[in-house]
Amino acid sequence: MKPASPHRFLWWRVRPVTARRLANFRAHKRGYWSMWIFAVLFVFTLFAEFIANDRPLLVWYDGGLYVPVLKDYPERTFGGDLPSDTDWSEPFIRDEIAKKGWMVWPLIPYSYKTPVKNLTRPAPTPPSWQNWLGTDYQARDVLARVIYGFRISVLFGLALTIASSVVGVVAGAVQGYFGGRVDLYFQRFMEIWDSVPVLYLLIILSAFIQPDFWWLLGIMLLFSWMGLVGVVRAEFLRARNFDYVRAARAMGASSPSIMFKHILPNALVATISFMPFITSGSIGSLTALDYLGFGLPPGSASLGELAKQGKEFATIAPWIGVTAFFIVAIMLSLLVFVGEAVRDAFDPRKAAVSSGAVAEPEQTSAATQESPAEEVAS
Amino acid sequence: MNAAAPTLLEVEDLAVQFRAGNARFDAVKGVSFRIERGETLALVGESGSGKSVTALSILQLLPYPAASHPSGSIRFKGDELMGAPEPVLRGIRGNRVGMIFQEPLTALNPLHSVEKQINEVLIVHRKLGRGAARQRTLELLELVGIRNAAKRLGAFPHELSGGQRQRVMIAMALANDPELLIADEPTTAVDVTIQAQILKLLKELQQRFGMGLLFITHDLGLVRHTCDRVAVMQSGRIVETGPVADVFKAPKHEYTQRLLGSEPRGTPAPVAAGAAEVMATDGFRVWYPIKAGIFRHTVDHVKAVDDVSIRVRAGETVGVVGESGSGKSSLGFGLLRLVESKGAILFAGRDIQPLRNAELRPIRREMQIVFQDPFGSLSPRMTVGEIVAEGLKIHGIGADDDARDAMVVDALREVGLDPETRHRYPHEFSGGQRQRISIARALVLKPKLIVLDEPTSALDRTVQVQVIELLRKLQRDHNLAYIFISHDLAVVRAMSHHVVVMRDGKVVEQGPTGEVLASPKEAYTRALLAAAFDFKADESGVVRA
Repeated sequence: MKPASPHRFLWWRVRPVTARRLANFRAHKRGYWSMWIFAVLFVFTLFAEFIANDRPLLVWYDGGLYVPVLKDYPERTFGGDLPSDTDWSEPFIRDEIAKKGWMVWPLIPYSYKTPVKNLTRPAPTPPSWQNWLGTDYQARDVLARVIYGFRISVLFGLALTIASSVVGVVAGAVQGYFGGRVDLYFQRFMEIWDSVPVLYLLIILSAFIQPDFWWLLGIMLLFSWMGLVGVVRAEFLRARNFDYVRAARAMGASSPSIMFKHILPNALVATISFMPFITSGSIGSLTALDYLGFGLPPGSASLGELAKQGKEFATIAPWIGVTAFFIVAIMLSLLVFVGEAVRDAFDPRKAAVSSGAVAEPEQTSAATQESPAEEVAS
Repeated sequence: MNAAAPTLLEVEDLAVQFRAGNARFDAVKGVSFRIERGETLALVGESGSGKSVTALSILQLLPYPAASHPSGSIRFKGDELMGAPEPVLRGIRGNRVGMIFQEPLTALNPLHSVEKQINEVLIVHRKLGRGAARQRTLELLELVGIRNAAKRLGAFPHELSGGQRQRVMIAMALANDPELLIADEPTTAVDVTIQAQILKLLKELQQRFGMGLLFITHDLGLVRHTCDRVAVMQSGRIVETGPVADVFKAPKHEYTQRLLGSEPRGTPAPVAAGAAEVMATDGFRVWYPIKAGIFRHTVDHVKAVDDVSIRVRAGETVGVVGESGSGKSSLGFGLLRLVESKGAILFAGRDIQPLRNAELRPIRREMQIVFQDPFGSLSPRMTVGEIVAEGLKIHGIGADDDARDAMVVDALREVGLDPETRHRYPHEFSGGQRQRISIARALVLKPKLIVLDEPTSALDRTVQVQVIELLRKLQRDHNLAYIFISHDLAVVRAMSHHVVVMRDGKVVEQGPTGEVLASPKEAYTRALLAAAFDFKADESGVVRA
């Protein structure tokens, strides 16, 4: 039907503006590399079960292949006596398998909740060849906890960012587009809602329930969606009087179609530039809550909990605090650098860094009027 | 060159190049001209011809180093300004050479009072004390014709009208008795009646102080009435220069001839007898509420359109003329129910005022609008094809995408665009082409009525003429009714059968175009015509300063 536009990236049509933004993003070296480092770390931790686990990845035993990392097997399978799940730290089981086959262990043979047995001294123990970042006071491997903690923090941050962006964009769009009374009452409501102290609410709540991942996400979402409303609302207030929006109205387009087709693309720029900062903010909040003890349930792999231990054992186990500090600092710095690059990429005042595209829509009035000759020819 | 009295300003082989990344753009390519004392030179050209860049390079005000001068020499009374050190340039800028910009609202600092703005120039260059500076500022404001000057000293730019702001700018430029005044489109942002006053003022001041005046404009009519010599610029070059009378009588260069030939002329095709009435309204009002308090209750109204009655027949153009703030655009928006209004709007015999949005949607197809700003009226994120096809989709016209695509192709062809352009984005087009896209977007729905809100105001004269011809042709072919909103009387004369003169939301005068323009009954219409066609300021007091 429609002939393919020359610039395509997979199914996605790359417009000149987008191409310029990508070029600008790449030109921001620090942000560009941060994005890759962060992406690699994130993908790596997504497979945490295959990297740090207290059960083998693969077992070859007595002519059969087993995948304990994905499935539980009763101890009987491997020559034990009990019908219960295999305890892989048992020396007996290990010997049994070593005799009749082999097994492949993950890089770090501990999960975030595995107490490390046969430590040479009482936990917490300092970094060693067995435990690269040492163990914490419950004799759990710190590196394993960091890997799982990184994953849960980033997932929480991303989930909260996406959810609050969706809610925030919709709320901002409705307020900005309809304006008037809708806007007025919504704004007053937000002023009140914004002044609810979230921390106390969580403290009170934690007296009644044990907050888990989803509870926390829900509660935080109740308050975090307001961050984007301001920008989106401003974009919609501005854009609803644009001539092309008027033209769409004159054509009989419905409000939702105008909002999402004509105005939202303008507001998305602001939204996307904010997103990395919201993510780092969300991760920071989760860590803080865990640190205070109002966050994820006890025992979960959490960077905040690690930081808390770091404080409690500052003198006898400094490696815990140092690890917690560096991992949080690195993660948040990477996100902020990515955010800076994204912000620069969307900045219309930043001209194209790469050669080529000089005329661009954001700078039109000066740039494109230069062609009266072309006009006469048409 | 006479050693005793060197030429006031001599520009020789000036070139300006802009750089962005690896791309280079030559804005000015070897321009030479001179201005003597007491002389007015007009630099005329269309947008993008390099006239403003030339003016800015005289005072070395371009964004260096993005801009550079590959060649050229600029001598002010024999002194070379090109590459002169900053302190020398500062001693000349605002002191011996004054400059007036096009848009006074952005050229004045919004946080400084009038007094402070003008004082600054005096204090910097003349090292005057506060009291002396104030005295001189008062003198200047009186000189540029600001009434009650002493009271206006403390006023901020937003408290002044467009004309007053331009006068303040002139006062600033004149503060140190400059020998040369550079005026960059000084009247483009103001109404015609104000334009006439400003031109008169500049002329008087020039004669009084014997200044040289470099007048940059795109308006040839204005040049004929106010300047001594003219230099015509096209794509960075001066193609013709000479005394105004000679150039206008016998233009030598083909481009000058085309410019001079591009005054909108002709009249629209007559309306068929007994043509059906497309839109009619009586006692139509658009009142914008003024709100106050926490709960924004309405305390008063801005009567943008007050008690207006007009009717349009098929194939007829009703021209709505007025200065900025006269309510002409509000009238257009109100009639299409894009803003809230009161009073019956009969569209093809049916009152559309009480209809709900859903009921109105099918009727929207038959009444369309084309906006002034060809840059703002097209969504930058949609291709031309998507923009034109959007209305078809909304109204479910055309069986499938292919059928719609065929309609888009027809519409683009009809407005004189290559249908292949439908896969491109609006920013790739010039102003005139974008305006054609806007017209295609309206036309593809086969409307009965199109409201044209200043469709030609943002375009150069040569392009304007083409758009006017296109609109007249489309009217003939499709028997369209137009409501043509404009402040430009020359364009209105060429477009409309009937003309409505508006002021402060009320109709001052209306009637057949020929009658109203030839023998206006009202004093205001007369003042408007004198200002628009003869650049004469009205003395009777109908026009505000």
